[in-house]
Parts: sequence; structure tokens; C-alpha cells
Amino acid sequence: MINKTVKNAQEALQGVQDGMTFMLGGFGLCGIPENAIQELLRLGVKDLTCISNNAGVDDYGIGLLLQKRQVRKMIASYVGENAEFERQLLSGELDVELIPQGTLAERIRAGGAGIPAFFTPAGYGTEVGEGKESREFNGKMYLMEQWLKADFSFVKAWKGDTAGNLIYKGTARNFNPMMAAAGKITVAEVEELVPAGELDPNMIHTPGIYVQRIFQGEKYEKRIEQRTVRIA
Amino acid sequence: MGLDKNQIAKRIAKEVKNGMYVNLGIGIPTLVANYIPEGVEVVLQSENGLLGMGPFPTEDKVDADLINAGKQTITTLPGSSIFSSAESFGMIRGEHVDLTILGAMEVSEQGDIANWKIPGKMVKGMGGAMDLVASAKNIIVAMQHTARDGSSKLLKECTLPITGLKCIKKIVTDLAVLEVTSDGFKLLERAPGVTVEEIQKATEGRLIVEGDIPEVQL
Repeated sequence: MINKTVKNAQEALQGVQDGMTFMLGGFGLCGIPENAIQELLRLGVKDLTCISNNAGVDDYGIGLLLQKRQVRKMIASYVGENAEFERQLLSGELDVELIPQGTLAERIRAGGAGIPAFFTPAGYGTEVGEGKESREFNGKMYLMEQWLKADFSFVKAWKGDTAGNLIYKGTARNFNPMMAAAGKITVAEVEELVPAGELDPNMIHTPGIYVQRIFQGEKYEKRIEQRTVRIA
Repeated sequence: MGLDKNQIAKRIAKEVKNGMYVNLGIGIPTLVANYIPEGVEVVLQSENGLLGMGPFPTEDKVDADLINAGKQTITTLPGSSIFSSAESFGMIRGEHVDLTILGAMEVSEQGDIANWKIPGKMVKGMGGAMDLVASAKNIIVAMQHTARDGSSKLLKECTLPITGLKCIKKIVTDLAVLEVTSDGFKLLERAPGVTVEEIQKATEGRLIVEGDIPEVQL
């Protein structure tokens, strides 16, 4: 089996350059590639286009890259929890493209699956549809949306093997599987890296073909945005 | 006077039928889960990739890898399933989810909804709202009938940027329960103590009143 293992984040991010387009997995702070983000901070690459459902919070996740002004454009569906993001957007330092969440997920999926465009009803008749081709199917109007691809995709899984196969845990799956397939180079970081053969092939969520580099993250903070509990 | 947030949620819960798959938006819609009648089995969908959303965890069961679309920690239930965001919106777009309940800033008499953007204020994004309203088989809106200054939020035409066109079927406000028909807002029920005249005054769009309008039963 081809061995995709690299030593650490530093080795995994070799080739990352200014001006590149990245996809970063996660929903809010759940399932984000924490170690890759730390390495992007260390490298200080800038003028980045980041595709991610959200933009992190002020002091965590993609918010850290925003703080250091490394991001030129953000493509996301919801960016509500970040004051620095708001400041940069209003001052014109940061460009943002907001996309309906399902359309974002499907555009990424399409990028990985070789489908240049598709039609979706989401956003028809709204400003999302401005300048886009629309068409009627069975009496309903749909917008044409195009695939998204990235120079690098940074995804985070629970377990992975040396062949690049990935298993996610809970709702930390979210955008990670589609992004894994849509990156020219996909870097997977996992909580536990095991030899090929130890994961049940029936349980793999992302097949290793999509992953070029895999490493075990040094540490995971896994910050919680809204800690809601009930009394036992 | 009028229904409070919990009473709006309680009234909407009566629309939830046994066997439904339901997506609940953030705010009042989330409260609906607390009022689903005994014996009514429903499966809650969270669009970040979970069917069968359970209650908040006890302190010892909090898991950073298990959140809902509002980023709150939650639990799974026996029979739950977890999937990607693409799969999640596939089941929404494919009309497999029976009912969507969400909040709104404005609804028009044609059933257009505006709930994602106020020009001039910070734009946070539409999240999954545009996908949900474009594809849901049945959408119920929970909202306040009027703004703080008394101006109507049930309009002839939406003034705020649109989230989706001609998609809203039913509205439950603090003042009334209404159905969106091809002729306008049809008044179905009024909140206890609220008169038809008061609802008429609070509704800018066309209001259809036929016969006696019963009070909301909670």
C-alpha cells in the first residue's frame, strides 16, 4: 500500500505559498484542522483565499489567520462569531463571498467528483442568483452553480491509516469528506494514525485515494463554542 | 397580550405529526422540540450532519465532536445517523425532510421570506436558510407580527433582501396563526384576547378573514 505518512504539520504543508486557495474542513470549531492552521500561522503565508463553512472565532480557528491578516478572501456560508472578521470586512481589507451552505457543500463535492456545474433551487430570486444562469425544470426555477477546487485541502479526521483512509467522529465530519476530494493536495490530520490494515475497510468514510499526506496531530484543543448541558 | 416565544413554539408543535423528519432553525423554532406532544415520534435533523438529534448532554457526556447547527453540544439517540454536509443538504434538497420550522424578519403575502440580511448592518451569512426554504415540502415560520416600532412584518412585498420566493405556507406570530394562500394571508386563529381588528392593523399585506376566527388553543 502506498504510504502517505509525513512526520508532522511542517512536512505536510511543504509547497504552501502566498496567494493560494485553501479549503479548511469544519463546522464552527468542530472538526477543524487545528495543527494545519497553526502551521499556516507559523509560515505566515498571505493573500490566501480560504474556503470554509465558517471563519472561526476571534482567537481560534481561521480567526487566528485573520488576526495576522493572512486571508485576502473568505468563501463561507456563515461568519457570525468573529469581530475581527467584521472589522476587516467593513474596512475593505477582506473580501467575502457568502454562499448558501448546501450550495457550498455541493460545489465542493462537485469539484472533487469532476462535475463542473449543477443546478440548485437555493438562492433563486435572491442576490445569490445575480449574474448566474437560471433554468426551469418541471416548473421550478434553478440556479447554475460551479464546482470549487483548492490548491490545498486541510481536513481533520478522528482516525486514519498510513494509506490515507479516514474515519471521522460525530458531527466533526461535516465538510471534511468533500474537501478531501477537492484539493489538488489534500493534507489529512488525525487524532490517531494507525498502520494500513488496522481500520475496517467497511467503515472508511474517506478512501485514501483523496489524501496525499497524512499525519497525527501533535495536540487537539477541540474548543467548544456553545457548551449546553442539562442537569442529570 | 399575545403569545410569548414559548407559546408560539407550543402552538407550532401541534403541527408536528407522528413520523415526520423535521429541521428546526435557531431561536423560537429550537423551542418547538420541548413541546412535541406525548406519543408523537419525530426525528430532528441538524443540517451539519445528524438525523436523530437528542437533548443537551449531561456534564459528563459533553463531546466537542457532537454539536448541532447552532454549535451547541448535543447528544444522539438510539437510531441516530451521522453524515457529511453534502449528504445533509442532499436530503433537504431532495425533499426527504418533511417539515422545516424557521424564523423570519419579514414574510410577504406571496409567501416570500426575508431572514438573512439587513443592509447596512453586519452581514453574517445565510447559512443553510436559502437551501432549506428553496426545497422544503412544508415550511412554518415563527415570528413577531410587528417590529418594535409597531410596523408590520407581514407585508405586501418584502423590503429586506429575499431568502426565498413563494415558499412559506404557514405563519405563527405572537398575534395570530395564518396560512399563506394565493389571495394573501388567511387568518386561521387569533391569540387569546387579541381581536381581528388588532391583527388587521398589524398586517400590511392582504388579510383574509372568513367567518368567526377562533382563539389559539394551547
